Amino acid sequence: MSEEVLAIRDLRIEFPELFRTVEAVRGADLSVRRGEIMGLVGESGCGKSMTAMACLGLVPPPGRVSGHVSVDGFEVVGRPDRELLPVRGGLAAMIFQNPGKALNPFFTIGRQLTDVIRLHHRHGERESREVALEALRSVHLPDPEIALGRYPHQLSGGQLQRAMIAMALACEPKVLIADEPTTALDVTIQAQVIVLLRELADARGLTILFITHDLGVVGSLCDRVSVMYAGRVVEVGSVRDVLESPAHPYTRKLLATVPKLGDGHSELAFIPGQVPDMAFPPSGCAFHPRCERASPVCTKSDPDGRDLGAMHRVACHHAHGGGETEAPGTANGAPAR
Amino acid sequence: MSALLEVRDLDKRYRTRHGVIHAVQGVSFDVREKETVALVGESGCGKSTVALSLLHLIEHDGGRVRFEGAEFDQLKGRREQELRRDLSIVFQNPYSSLNPRMRIKDIVGEPMRTAYGTRGRELVERVREQLEAVGLGPEHLRRFPHEFSGGQRQRIAIARALALEPKLLILDEPTAALDVSVQAQVLNLLRELQRRLGLSYLLISHNLATVESIADRVLVMYFGRIVESGTVSEVFNDPRHPYTRALLDSVPSIDPSQRHRLKPLEGDLPSPLRPPPGCAFAPRCARAAHDCTARPPPLGSIGSREAACYHPLGG
Repeated sequence: MSEEVLAIRDLRIEFPELFRTVEAVRGADLSVRRGEIMGLVGESGCGKSMTAMACLGLVPPPGRVSGHVSVDGFEVVGRPDRELLPVRGGLAAMIFQNPGKALNPFFTIGRQLTDVIRLHHRHGERESREVALEALRSVHLPDPEIALGRYPHQLSGGQLQRAMIAMALACEPKVLIADEPTTALDVTIQAQVIVLLRELADARGLTILFITHDLGVVGSLCDRVSVMYAGRVVEVGSVRDVLESPAHPYTRKLLATVPKLGDGHSELAFIPGQVPDMAFPPSGCAFHPRCERASPVCTKSDPDGRDLGAMHRVACHHAHGGGETEAPGTANGAPAR
Repeated sequence: MSALLEVRDLDKRYRTRHGVIHAVQGVSFDVREKETVALVGESGCGKSTVALSLLHLIEHDGGRVRFEGAEFDQLKGRREQELRRDLSIVFQNPYSSLNPRMRIKDIVGEPMRTAYGTRGRELVERVREQLEAVGLGPEHLRRFPHEFSGGQRQRIAIARALALEPKLLILDEPTAALDVSVQAQVLNLLRELQRRLGLSYLLISHNLATVESIADRVLVMYFGRIVESGTVSEVFNDPRHPYTRALLDSVPSIDPSQRHRLKPLEGDLPSPLRPPPGCAFAPRCARAAHDCTARPPPLGSIGSREAACYHPLGG
């Protein structure tokens, strides 16, 4: 259980622009063990999607990647594309937010699935068709034989997402990287995908890195969760530890802002200020301009991660000791101007 | 309390190459003054079609719409123009609903210029007031949309929608494109504006938690029809229609100990080109019986609310 399948150490991703350099990821650390579902949460622009892309060596140019990403012991950073072939779709596979855009509209689902299978295995046509059928069955796509001959536009959003998961899992990867795969879906279909991913993780010992901004999905699906802010992981721990006794002020605020079913007409807490411009990240701890607990030390030094308990780590000079979450409505700052 | 907006038997069919799609079928509801009514349902259920036909952005095929006591559909020319000032909309995506080549003062000022011919210093003064109402300072007047974050853009879209002092604001998924922390700011702003200006809202959303946090009443739509309606607390705490129950059971809980309660609804939406006979939800419904497939159930009252189901839950 403790075997590390996906290890990210001090990952940095920069995008040089003409007059400035955007630091999308600034020393992120992440470790996912075999059979574990790790959630990676944060707001738009925090670097979570770039971290995911780096796992497959897919950071687009002119992005510069440094640090280490190892997938089942295979170092990804710094490798040319041809050496990454066994990783992409083989050791690790990825599913995306919008299945309608990720699949090619010109080819049938069957053709796209068998292409992937034949790229990684020396299967004949009939054999790869069998593997494709099996993959579609494993994601409970109704009438898999018919689905093989369908074009993407002939399937619904939920069916497309199942087809994409089938394609990702066809070559039996060790790690599945899921970048907001349920964000574009209706709640009813989202619930189907959550239950399916949980079932696949249990049945195959699949390791999943699940990127989302929806804390409800994290609570319902993940074993552990990493919270990202301004290109760094600021808190990591079991879902229960992080969601029930968050230690980082950012995690607490994030949790307080989510409207929850059953709360009625309550005023919602929000985080004052804005997500920092990553071309000019704040000095010290990147969250200090928006943090109630910030003190002079926060503006000077970026806190290192420290252990709070079993597997619960936080990077904050003034972390909460755990216990109660902030009650909504008690911690509002001034509205952003 | 009198109804500000009365919709009766609204009907809309889209004619496509493959056949006729009956997108909205016999939808009736009221929105009263200072009230927030939410329209919820999955994509394709017809909720946006309802909103767009209220604004006459698309023509509906049947039914009538009364707004402030007047037959809205039959008004022409100036009377229509006047009444339309009282009805406005905020769209889902503030990245596409603001013209990237216009400055904020022109975006927010355009409705006042067109409707009242306001010009010059007076217009700038009015725009400044509108921006202040949504929490944006005068330094933004000369800026372009790309200089703003998503939450700020949605504030600008709200300022524009409020420029003509409407009575009813249609909110089409106003927070779906925003991050959670910003979502909360926009919801709080909408609530505050409603209190201060006495606005009515018709909120279109698929996010049930958002609906619960600001709406008074809710209409649940499935496949072009309203299947349940009532106060938010009644409908969410004690749903009668199996579809409403299924929607609620699909919302993932942030509390990991509630994980087992996530119950996905089986199957997909039926094809709108080949609607199932009878109740459209019957093929996915655990309670479906013979009578469900014979005729679509009418919306009937159950206590203080309405549900369209032959075999409702509870009671």
